[in-house]
Amino acid sequence: MLRPSDHIDSEQAAASDDATMGRLGFVGWSRWIWRQLTSMRTALILLLLLAIAAIPGSIVPQRTSDPNGVSQYFADNPDLAPWLDRLQFFDVYASVWFSAIYLLLFISLVGCVLPRSKHHWDALRAAPPVTPHNLSRLPSHLTARMSGQEAETVMSAAHRLLRRERYRVRRYDTADRLTVSAERGYMRETGNLVFHIALVGILIAVGLGGGFSYTGQRVVVEGQAFTNSLLAYDTFNPGRFFRDRDLVPFSITLDKFSTRYEERNVNAVGQPIDYKAEVTTQVRDQAALQQVIKVNAPLDIGGTNVYLLGNGYAPSLTVRDPSGNIVYQETVPFLPQDRNLTSVGVVKLPDGLAKQVGLIGFFYPTVSEGHSGAFFSMYPDLIDPLVTLNVYVGDLGLNDGVARSVYALDTSRMTKLTGTKTDLKSLELRPGQSAALPNDLGTVTFDGVKRFASLDVHHDPTQGWVLAFALAAVAGLLTSLFIPRRRVWVSVRKVRGGVVVEYAGLARGDDPTLSAALARIASAHGSDLGLVRD
Amino acid sequence: MTDTLSQFSVLSLYSAMAIYAIAFILFTFDLARGGGREASAAGASDSIVQATGEGRTATLTRVRVDAPSSKPGRRPLARIAMALAWLGFVFQLTATILRGIAASRVPWANMYEFAMTGTLIIMLVFLLVNLKWDLKFVGAFSTGLVLLLLGLSATRYYVEVVPLPPALQSYWLVIHVFVATLGTGFFALGFALSLAQLLQTRREYRAVEAKPTRLAWMSRLPDSAQLENYAYRLIIIGFIFWTFTLIAGAVWAEKAWGRYWGWDTKEVWTFIIWTIYAGYIHARSTRGWRGTRSAVLAMVGFGSVMFNFTVVNIYFKGLHAYSGLS
Repeated sequence: MLRPSDHIDSEQAAASDDATMGRLGFVGWSRWIWRQLTSMRTALILLLLLAIAAIPGSIVPQRTSDPNGVSQYFADNPDLAPWLDRLQFFDVYASVWFSAIYLLLFISLVGCVLPRSKHHWDALRAAPPVTPHNLSRLPSHLTARMSGQEAETVMSAAHRLLRRERYRVRRYDTADRLTVSAERGYMRETGNLVFHIALVGILIAVGLGGGFSYTGQRVVVEGQAFTNSLLAYDTFNPGRFFRDRDLVPFSITLDKFSTRYEERNVNAVGQPIDYKAEVTTQVRDQAALQQVIKVNAPLDIGGTNVYLLGNGYAPSLTVRDPSGNIVYQETVPFLPQDRNLTSVGVVKLPDGLAKQVGLIGFFYPTVSEGHSGAFFSMYPDLIDPLVTLNVYVGDLGLNDGVARSVYALDTSRMTKLTGTKTDLKSLELRPGQSAALPNDLGTVTFDGVKRFASLDVHHDPTQGWVLAFALAAVAGLLTSLFIPRRRVWVSVRKVRGGVVVEYAGLARGDDPTLSAALARIASAHGSDLGLVRD
Repeated sequence: MTDTLSQFSVLSLYSAMAIYAIAFILFTFDLARGGGREASAAGASDSIVQATGEGRTATLTRVRVDAPSSKPGRRPLARIAMALAWLGFVFQLTATILRGIAASRVPWANMYEFAMTGTLIIMLVFLLVNLKWDLKFVGAFSTGLVLLLLGLSATRYYVEVVPLPPALQSYWLVIHVFVATLGTGFFALGFALSLAQLLQTRREYRAVEAKPTRLAWMSRLPDSAQLENYAYRLIIIGFIFWTFTLIAGAVWAEKAWGRYWGWDTKEVWTFIIWTIYAGYIHARSTRGWRGTRSAVLAMVGFGSVMFNFTVVNIYFKGLHAYSGLS
């Protein structure tokens, strides 16, 4: 085993580095730096640095996993946040410093693993080493006197025994003694190398996967369909090497979305128990299929996975002008705000009415009224639904070319006509009911409510590879930690009236059972020779 | 029915805690009396095989011995404490199983249940390892830690039995979380042994310098090198389980959340813990790091496991929001 110079089992470096450092040229310096980088100590420190560097990402919200948290952090800490941002604390795991640590760690790892692999490859085909002169100096050692035995008989019995015990063996006889040198547990080093190479494999697969993968989110209301194309997604995050034609042509129709809530357990009334999206899927040129998507049970379609990550209510609203002409008729997904699915949604009416009108709606699937008169939802299922609408008029801000979220209404250039701090109550509508918009703008009708599912579409061509490498790493870890690598020597010397047999063992790496194993070999050797225990 | 069973579960758990408390006191007294193995007289038995046959004789003589042989000393307190630890374990096992039956699922779906099962495993690992090695001196630590965690979870984290939310309805809950508790059990014992190793190292230095020490009660415990070997053997098993937890978690995350790794706070800490223990394993084979430094790493590692279970669960925002506390 070719180990870094500061490995506990390697020989102490003979020459001191410091003595020659003054006269090092470029090559010498490079070699020195490389040796430092691939030393155990450096790898260890990089490993611990990696652990420390990962901590901030669990304390400060991260853009990748919690973008809203980042915005909130900026709002809460206006002085600190920009500084943290400059130090990449909101993107810790893609930051220069985090990347630098793990890249150095992996360079160090490769620099260690490559020469060791070469060395191990040679060792796998080499014979066990020559028997040391003085076996009694080895850490594990036993001696036996056997009377009336021939040296060669005793030796060949030991040779056979060690081969049976799956040792690699080689005889080294000299004039005064017969010896056999044996080694086993080569799998320990193989496992060690497999583990470390598999880690490099994981890193590469994850890196490539990030480039070729994509994720897209789409909200689908019951009865709606969407096709797997860039235009269909509400949000879409492609990897660096993503091309449009990587999108497998398929379509998904949400036929029905059903939920089940706990009704009997008083400690958990209203807790969701089951979400089920029944869909019709169709890959281009193939027959349509009826399928189900559930939480923990994604849909696999054309090598792409579709996950059910959220759901909510989508009230159907119709707005008519004063003469009764329909200017708006949509089923609008409202975003859930709490566990009883009080939901908020927005309707924007840029054209068709006398002025631009915006509606901010609240939806309560089972409405109840609090002491202050404010509504809230007391149960997530549809038992007594109600929509309330706050009406705004003015400039919706749709004409200045800035992209606006469909879930938010910019009220900075609008006037509030109904709701708190106005003279009029919010419009309150139950299914089928209509109400007049203030200032004779028209009417709004709550036609009914459907459910929506928010689907995540995720394609990652390398995640199978990541799993394979991870499993290889576990296999490598198991063999490298639990298979003992050890050398055993047996020597037989002729003495008057018989022979003296010496058994010696040397652990290569951690080996708590070495002396027990040596004792077992000695004992078995005795039995093989017909020496019976008392 | 559910309520009755979960009440019996709580009753059984409180009984277990009372028994552990007595065991803890006895273990502590045993330690104060210099608990630990009684070292056998040197050279008691060197020959391993005495063989004769057909007039030929052979004697195998062990020249150097790796580990000092030991025989159990007379330690009535420790033995009673050990028996109580087993009894407490049986009560806790009953409590855990009743909770599982009451909920009709595995009893580790929220913080209270996870603490109950996790400490059960910590006790189980302690008890089983003692069948192999005499580590009764860790008993005070194991029962103390389990008592502390059970007390904390019974008073602060207790929640009534509620059904599983859709996100937890997966067989990966059974695998991923249980393997995590197994890893925790081994890391806990590794922590105790590393702590003992540090104290023992200190005592050994004081003894060499012939200075007085307040750690004299440790003189009959295994020496620091032996303690380190024990700790290492246990921690590598914990590390395997932790690696498996990480992988099983990633597979489940892919199924439930649509990505196998997303640097969620709990994922981050699982990764940090894995990295620290990977560091521990490397430290053991790095010159200048074996011994005290690697023991410190083992202790930092288990500190992080506890941090991950308490602070990260309750105060950090993330997807693993299953404490059941609101």
